Amino acid sequence: MKLTLKIWRQKDAGTKGKMVDYQVKDISEHMSFLEMMDVLNEQLVGKGEDPVAFDHDCREGICGMCSMYINGEAHGPDRGITTCQLHMRMFNDGDTITIEPFRAKAFPVIKDLVVDRTAFDRIQQAGAFISVNTSGNTQDANAIPISKHAADEAMDAATCIGCGACVASCKNSSAMLFVGAKVSQYALLPQGQVEAADRVRNMVAQMDLEGFGNCTNTGACEVECPKGISLENIARMNRELMKAAVNN
Amino acid sequence: MSGFFKSSIGRKVAMALSAFFLMIFLLQHFIINSLSVCSPDSFNEVSHFMGTNWLIQYLLQPVLIFGVVFHFVMGFVLELKNKGARDVKYVQNKGAANSSWMSRNMIWSGLAILAFIVLHFIDFWFPEINTKYIVGDTSGLLHNGEGFRYYEELHHKFESPLRVGAYVLAFVFLALHLMHGFTSAFQSIGATVGRKKIMKKLGMAYSVLIPLGFIIIALYHHFNH
Amino acid sequence: MSVLDSKVPKGPLKDKWTSYKDHINLVNPANKRLIDVIVVGTGLAGGSAAATLAELGYNVKAFCYQDSPRRAHSIAAQGGINAAKNYQGDGDSVYRLFYDTVKGGDYRSREANVYRLAEVSANIIDQCVAQGVPFARDYGGLLDNRSFGGVLVSRTFYAKGQTGQQLLLGAYSAMNRQIARGKIQMHNRHEMLDVVIVDGKARGIIARNLVTGEIERHSAHAVVIASGGYGNVYFLSTNAMGSNATAAWKIHKKGAFFANPCYTQIHPTCIPRSGDYQSKLTLMSESLRNDGRIWVPKRMEDVIAIREGRIKPTQLGEEERDYYLERRYPAFGNLVPRDVASRAAKERCDAGFGVNQTGEAVYLDFKSAIERYGTEQAKIHGIDNPSKEKITELGEAVIEAKYGNLFQMYEKIVDENPYKTPMMIYPATHYTMGGIWVDYNLMTTVPGLYCIGEANFSDHGANRLGASALMQGLADGYFVLPYTIGDYLSHDIRTGPISTDTEEFEQAEKEVKGRIDFFLNNNGEYSVDHYHKLLGKIMWDKVGMSRNATGLKEAINEIKALREEFWKNVKVTGNANELNPELEKAGRVADFLELGELFAKDALMREESCGGHFREESVELDGEQKGEAKRNDKDYAFVAAWEYKGEPSEAVLHKEQLEFKDIELKQRSYK
Repeated sequence: MKLTLKIWRQKDAGTKGKMVDYQVKDISEHMSFLEMMDVLNEQLVGKGEDPVAFDHDCREGICGMCSMYINGEAHGPDRGITTCQLHMRMFNDGDTITIEPFRAKAFPVIKDLVVDRTAFDRIQQAGAFISVNTSGNTQDANAIPISKHAADEAMDAATCIGCGACVASCKNSSAMLFVGAKVSQYALLPQGQVEAADRVRNMVAQMDLEGFGNCTNTGACEVECPKGISLENIARMNRELMKAAVNN
Repeated sequence: MSGFFKSSIGRKVAMALSAFFLMIFLLQHFIINSLSVCSPDSFNEVSHFMGTNWLIQYLLQPVLIFGVVFHFVMGFVLELKNKGARDVKYVQNKGAANSSWMSRNMIWSGLAILAFIVLHFIDFWFPEINTKYIVGDTSGLLHNGEGFRYYEELHHKFESPLRVGAYVLAFVFLALHLMHGFTSAFQSIGATVGRKKIMKKLGMAYSVLIPLGFIIIALYHHFNH
Repeated sequence: MSVLDSKVPKGPLKDKWTSYKDHINLVNPANKRLIDVIVVGTGLAGGSAAATLAELGYNVKAFCYQDSPRRAHSIAAQGGINAAKNYQGDGDSVYRLFYDTVKGGDYRSREANVYRLAEVSANIIDQCVAQGVPFARDYGGLLDNRSFGGVLVSRTFYAKGQTGQQLLLGAYSAMNRQIARGKIQMHNRHEMLDVVIVDGKARGIIARNLVTGEIERHSAHAVVIASGGYGNVYFLSTNAMGSNATAAWKIHKKGAFFANPCYTQIHPTCIPRSGDYQSKLTLMSESLRNDGRIWVPKRMEDVIAIREGRIKPTQLGEEERDYYLERRYPAFGNLVPRDVASRAAKERCDAGFGVNQTGEAVYLDFKSAIERYGTEQAKIHGIDNPSKEKITELGEAVIEAKYGNLFQMYEKIVDENPYKTPMMIYPATHYTMGGIWVDYNLMTTVPGLYCIGEANFSDHGANRLGASALMQGLADGYFVLPYTIGDYLSHDIRTGPISTDTEEFEQAEKEVKGRIDFFLNNNGEYSVDHYHKLLGKIMWDKVGMSRNATGLKEAINEIKALREEFWKNVKVTGNANELNPELEKAGRVADFLELGELFAKDALMREESCGGHFREESVELDGEQKGEAKRNDKDYAFVAAWEYKGEPSEAVLHKEQLEFKDIELKQRSYK
């Protein structure tokens, strides 16, 4: 098929960007979206132009690196997938596709479609861990039984790939689904409960510091999340922070 | 604790707490108003009690006004802050693909409700304050002294089709506001964990039934002239 | 006497590691603060090493090319992690895990290393649980296990189909704790472009900041390379797009020997290529072979009809299908090891029986499993005379519970419903057992330069068992390297900070900058990907699943010619001082073009079939095993460690003889 692509081009963080139109043809419906972008870039390199920079790595939906806002939605029109798993069969011959970077003040553009998501790392450094030494002299793994239900719920929260689609989709650029998932994973497990109060306080404080917006419970994040992280994680985080405030 | 209310989540919780207060107020307002349909006498009595009881007048009324003002101011503050969290807007954004209109437009439904409250104050609250505290008439009686004035005043207000229209429209906005706001408030205080579905249903029931009730009351009085 | 000293401690196998730990030199906590360590790569091995070293008190500088350590490709591992916990009481033990790993590796790994790996495996599980890794649990709240890859016990711990992700996030959380304390200086979006050797010891690296393009010097008392495998030499593999061999190859060029490059694992169950535009291949977990049956049509006319879309595979009856694994290996059937399953698929496709447009696909069919489970479920639910539809419905529900996420992934990629029509699969490059040669201390042939995880050669021999990669990465990083590196660094407590203002750093930086300038000014004709794809094709066709002397010789010449052509005619757009993915790729492909040749040279040298390395000349000629791989223990029971001498063709072979004192060498049989 033949497509018109409207792509955000921005040389670097300091330069103003703009949308630029490109044409690609001979796109197979079996291609992934990023393979279509490869075709475009090969074409640009051939002409000696600067190819479109975009983040991507594993191309199987687990590393969380790819991050495009396609036709007005994070990771494009399909559900439960990342951009790299989006296939061209979701589009029609002759379509115009708008491709933008994930937008948030806390995710500044580095170049073209590449954004800086290290805010997520800093939030996790503020407390998304259990303070246990890696000596290997911890107690036996089966010493504390954990109910299957709690383990499964913790796992569901832990599947977050940190791609930032929640922030990108949220009208407030809020990071609460991401932070909620991290807080929940630990709050649901007995190992994590020891430091629960400090963890949630510090992580939320860092989240606020990074300049993410506030959650107004629109639920857009949950819908666009490639891993289907539930909104309940935000509710749980709210509760954890209230608990931390009351117990202090 | 003060640190808590400075955090993003703390503000969210404060929004939710003020919302709970307003929703409870709305419920009692509705119950009293519905008396005007089924029992004008009881309506008069309850209205008089509410209008003259010192606890309600000097404690609950200021708290209510504070709650309303807080909810609005906080709503605007958060909206502005949230808008600022995305400095470059999307060229194309499909909000409808992942969220309800109601959830995305709380600020607009809220503004409509604010406009309504102004109207409502002009209609009822200012005259009421004037009568009671400026004129100094706390009897609650009609000019001719034949019974309470509350029902008559209410009934009279709904004569104008324009006002009724405005009221109906305002309650439609209130319904839209509540459709998101009710569950959202519970979500904010973390009460939805494990009961998302039932909260959604409850929210839908509240946000449709209460405004609808108000609308019916307004129409009832309008068509009973 | 070989120049290679494996430094395996004396004494009985069982006591080696304990007695080693009892006798090494330690660095006291106050002195650890004076010592810097560089860790390149933040996957399971690098991440866990960085966290542990920082926790011990060393100043760690960690580097990754991704935007966050959490994105390293360890994250994509699906199945699980082995550990000799014997929670199931099914007879597992440290020895048994050791034995399975050595045997699975086709007797080409170092006994002492593997035993140590098995020994610390149990600690990994304890550690990860303490960190909050949400492993799957049973209803009693205890950890659950699954069985994997043809071993006789259930020892694989898992977190749904995302075990690698969860373990990496665990290591990453441990890193975060140290980053917050300031003990790890994290350098995201940085790529190591060279190692700096001062007075014969590794003392730093040259790295490029991928955002600003700045070339940076970083010094340390020791350098740890944990940069993963080199599967992307094939262009198409299950590796991440950015996975590369540059760090490993650079240290090789600076004196670290490269061992067994020809040992590559081709995973049998991947989603087939659909066209030339393909950028990467997606793995479908090995666990699918527990329930799926692999087949191609018996008759060529059916193959053609399927390719032309005239008939559907579901229309073929049982007698028209060739379940070739069950036919050839009745004892193990569809559960033969990865290398055997891969070669068998290739054999059928080479014979023309491939079922898709490219001719490179076989079916993985769940119909029998759905019927079997459906019938069982009907019985459990007390449904008498269930209809065919009911059985299918019940059976599909069971399959969905077991493999739902994989089936969904398949459907998203291929656009076919795998519940209704059989999956198509084909082998793809997945893991490289070969890598930088290291001794028992995980130190390379350069003092102070360590190599851990997939980047080294050590534990998997010629073939890796399922769920062992995660085990090795974490064992190296959490429990082995922190001891062994301390022994080395104990001699460095008086050294003081290493200056980057020296001749050696200057020289290394100059070389790096020179190469970048060359690429950007070459004004060639073809893109980097163009060359990468050509290299991949040579590698896949001639150094792929089955290899022969003629093909390998051709490959060596072709790669050499391609490399020369690349340097003449490659085109790299953009500038040096900006985010420039084309430039990044150019450097990586340049290294692959050298590594590929050494790979083929190693494959040509090894005139035996072992594990992932299959030489057509070395097969059983008669008897029951006719046509199967034949190992040659007499002549090839050694590690081939290559020393860099300029061109790959001039590389010098050093042999580390493998001695098996606790295990008897046997020819594998799955008939």
